Formats: sequence, structure tokens, C-alpha cells
Amino acid sequence: MGWLIFAVVAWIVGWMLNVWLARRPPSRLTGLASPIVFGITLIAVWEGVVNGFEINQVLLPAPSVIAVRFASSTAILWVDFVQTVLKGALSGYIIGCGSAFLIAVAIDRFPFLQRGLLPVGNFVAALPVIGMAPILVMWFGFDWQSKAAVVVVMVFFPMLVNTVQGLQSTDAMQRDLMRTYAAGYWNTLLKLRLPAAMPFVFNGLKIGTTLALIGAIVAEFFGSPVKGMGFRISTSVGQLALDLVWAEIVVAAIVGSAFYGLMALVEKRVTFWHPSQRN
Amino acid sequence: MRRSVVPVLTVVGFLLVLWYAAAIWLNAPWAYDKATRSGEVLTTSTLVADTWSQEKPKLPAPHQVGKEIWKTTVEKKITSKRSLIYHSWVTLSATLLGFVMGTGLGILLAVGIVYNRTMDMSVMPWVIASQTIPILAIAPMIIVVLNAVGISGLLPKAMISMYLSFFPVVVGMVKGLRSPDQMQLDQMRTWFASKSQTFWKLRLPASMPYLFTSLKIGMAASLVGAIVGELPTGAVAGLGARLLAGSYYGQTIQIWSALLMAAALAASLVGIIGIIQRVTLKRMGMA
Repeated sequence: MGWLIFAVVAWIVGWMLNVWLARRPPSRLTGLASPIVFGITLIAVWEGVVNGFEINQVLLPAPSVIAVRFASSTAILWVDFVQTVLKGALSGYIIGCGSAFLIAVAIDRFPFLQRGLLPVGNFVAALPVIGMAPILVMWFGFDWQSKAAVVVVMVFFPMLVNTVQGLQSTDAMQRDLMRTYAAGYWNTLLKLRLPAAMPFVFNGLKIGTTLALIGAIVAEFFGSPVKGMGFRISTSVGQLALDLVWAEIVVAAIVGSAFYGLMALVEKRVTFWHPSQRN
Repeated sequence: MRRSVVPVLTVVGFLLVLWYAAAIWLNAPWAYDKATRSGEVLTTSTLVADTWSQEKPKLPAPHQVGKEIWKTTVEKKITSKRSLIYHSWVTLSATLLGFVMGTGLGILLAVGIVYNRTMDMSVMPWVIASQTIPILAIAPMIIVVLNAVGISGLLPKAMISMYLSFFPVVVGMVKGLRSPDQMQLDQMRTWFASKSQTFWKLRLPASMPYLFTSLKIGMAASLVGAIVGELPTGAVAGLGARLLAGSYYGQTIQIWSALLMAAALAASLVGIIGIIQRVTLKRMGMA
């Protein structure tokens, strides 16, 4: 009963605090504090509800249990992190985004290819590409190469479509200006069109971050060596060791947010001139 | 639109040629292996014929997949467990249920975020953060846990679909509900419109183009969610189960046919929303 009261009180206090924050003049601090307060409130309510209703730890472990498990199994988590994130997701992300970028620049020279590839690319980007995972695991074996391949396939088309669109985003006036400067193809590309394409490119890069993580983890469900986040999740679910599963989820969430945040930060640096970054 | 038909067909044709060529390249080792064991000498034409008609090829040729799809859709009874239409229906029902729930949740959250400053400041960052968690990765856990509580069948899969499809709807609807500019809002005020009137007569209609764009993304995401949600249920039914069963037994043709079926499903679902979008926006005078 005490825990339930704790949950209700935590919710009320958290909400009141946020209402108070929202009324204050908007600043960087309130913008940052508000979601943090909300997050802490959620965790407190979770803890209170799990303990209050005495929910079986097998079904939904309390945050404190997850934290303990996280601290005690950092070695396993690190091995999985290296296998899935560094070897699988990151290498696939770099190969996929890099090749998509280069191909986009190449097909940009041929309007015929553009008109043909854009609809096809848009179509493929909407497909359940993750279904390719079993096939790629069959082709490239169980180790990280197959995970990287899945990631490449997943990030390729969103990146391609975005880059091609970005390269088209300059208008005739700007291109004419470059021509009056007697700038050739490469000069126009490097000085005008690539910089102008950057907001689109980063859009593709940001979409790719979560896709890469998802691809690498889900591909492990179809076969993997005895390490990796996807492997750990699927086997731990079988053993009903849900606290370990949640610890992996925490790692995935942190990595996903950090990866996305990093890209957003780089974007802010590179596209500082874009209206959406100036406020 | 018509201008791009020829280029698209060219690209698709090129992809098909590439597919056939890759089938030869990937399946050739197995064909050579078989030939040396039986003591045959392979000419180019028999090699090509063999690579395009293996039973468990590394990469089945398009016509093999086409034949498999034909066999499992038209020639099988719909009630049969081997019918691809049956499996597609299982996946489709979870997709649609999850899509409807996700859209509802997304619109509610968006309205809350637009009308409540506290929610805007505290919930919106978490909506974005929620998508950096690879939910697909924890799909098996959600299924198993819900199974233990006694919820099984359609609902767990639909919940994963819901989680994936609510995000684009929230983001799109928040943008859409905020799209009326100050001038239009002032106009509503001069007409002494109440808050709910402003919502129903200005904000909601103005958000429709944004909503439809989000719905298309949400539908595609929802299908992915349903397919992945079927993986851990022990390969009972659905396109995801077909994928998993195919990968267990090395039935590549079966995997590819399920994959193409999923692609066709995604394309037609998104296409249907596109048609509804065009009709609705035309009647509203926005297209």
C-alpha cells in the first residue's frame, strides 16, 4: 500500500513540478529540466507500481532490480555491445550510408536514372526490408558480417533517396550564379550543391541511426555466435531472466539516443546556416 | 507522372537482369559441386539452366519465386495452412489493428501536446527518445511477457505495430495542428470562435495533409512491427513465421515468396491510403 501511495505522490509531485516549469519564462534550463523530471517521475511510478501490486519480477522487473543487474553484468553487456554495435551496426552504417551517398552523387548526373531510381527507392524504403535478414544471415554466415549486411540494406535506401533529393534542392538562380562564376561541375558540386544537400543528408543519417541498431539486433534472432545483444535478448527471454533483457534494452536505448544525438550535434555544426537551426 | 514510367521500368528491368545474373553467380558453386560428384561436364547453357531451377538455391530466380507465390496463393485453398493468403491475412489483421490503435494514440497525444504546454515540454522529448529504443529488438520479450499474463494472439503483435506507428502520427499531427498561422488564428478570434470550434473548423482540417503523409509512414512501420512480432511466437502463422520457418529449413524460395508478399502488402496498403488522401483532400479543396 505504501508503495502505491508513493507512486501516486511521485506522479503528482512530478506533474506539479512540470506545470511550474512550463509557466516559467522559457529558457534552456527549463527546456532541459522538464523532460528529465518527467522521466524520473515515470521511473518512480514504475518502481512504486511494481512493488505496490507485487508484480512478479519475471514479468516486469522494478527499475532498481534492473539497475542492480546492469551494474553486476557490465562484462557481458560490454561484450554484446562490441559485437552488435561496434562490429555489426557501426560498420554496416558506415558502408551503407557511404555507398548510398556516393551512388546518389553519381546518379545525380543522369536525370533519366534519377527519375527511375527515386520512385523505386521510395518504394523500397517503405518495404519491410528487415525480412531480408534471414536471407543475408544465410549468405554471410552467423558472425557480424551478416549483421552489417542487414544494416547496409536497411540504411541504404533512406539515405539514397534523401541525398538525391538534397542534391536537387538548389534552385535555378543559385546554379546560374555558379555558372556566371564560371564554376565547373565539380566546383558547383562542392561549393553549392553538396552544402545545400546537407540538411537532407543528415535527415537520412539520423533515420539510419535507429535503423542500424534495429537491423543489427533483429538479424541476430536468425542466428548469431554466442554473444551479441539480440542473441542475449532472445536467449534471456527463454530463461525468463527479464532483468538482463531490460539491462540490454537500457544499453540499446542509451546507444540509440547517443548515436542520434551525435548526428544531431554534427548536423547543427555543419548546417548552422539552415533556418531550422537558427532560432 | 507519365514522364517517369519509362525510367522506372528501365530500372526495374535492370534490377531483374541483375537478379538473374546474381542467381547464376551465387548458385554456380553448388551446381559445379553436383556436377563433379556425378561426373558430368557442365556447358554454359546447362549451368544456367541448373542455377535457375535448384531446389534450395542460395538465391532463387524470379520465376521460381513467382511460381511458388502462384502455387501458394491461387492453387491452395485459403483455409489451408500452406496458403500464403492465409498467412498474409494473419499479418494483415495484426497490422491493421496496431495501425488503428497507433493512429488513435498518436492523434490524442498530438492534441494534448498542442493544447497543453506542460505536455509539450515534458512528453515531446520522450516521444522522440522512445523511437531511439529499438522496439523491434525487444519484441520477443513483449510477446512472451504478454503471453504469460494471458494475452496472446493478435493483440501483442498489434501492440508492437502500435508502438512503431504512433510516432510518425504524433510528429506529423503536431506539425499539422500548428500549421495554421497567426493570421488565421486571429481570424477565428474575431469570429469569437471557442477553443473547440477553432480545433474542429481550423486546426483539424489544416492538419489533414500532414496526417495522411504520417499515415503512410505509420502503415509501413506497422507492417514491419507485425512481421517481427510473429518471429518469436514459435513460427505459428503469418508472414514473419513463414520467414522464420523458411530460414530454419533453408527453404529460400519460401522466404523470398513471403518477402515479396510482404512487399506487395506494404505497397497496396500505402497505395490505399494514397487514394483516400487524394479523394479526401480533393473534396476538402486542398489538393
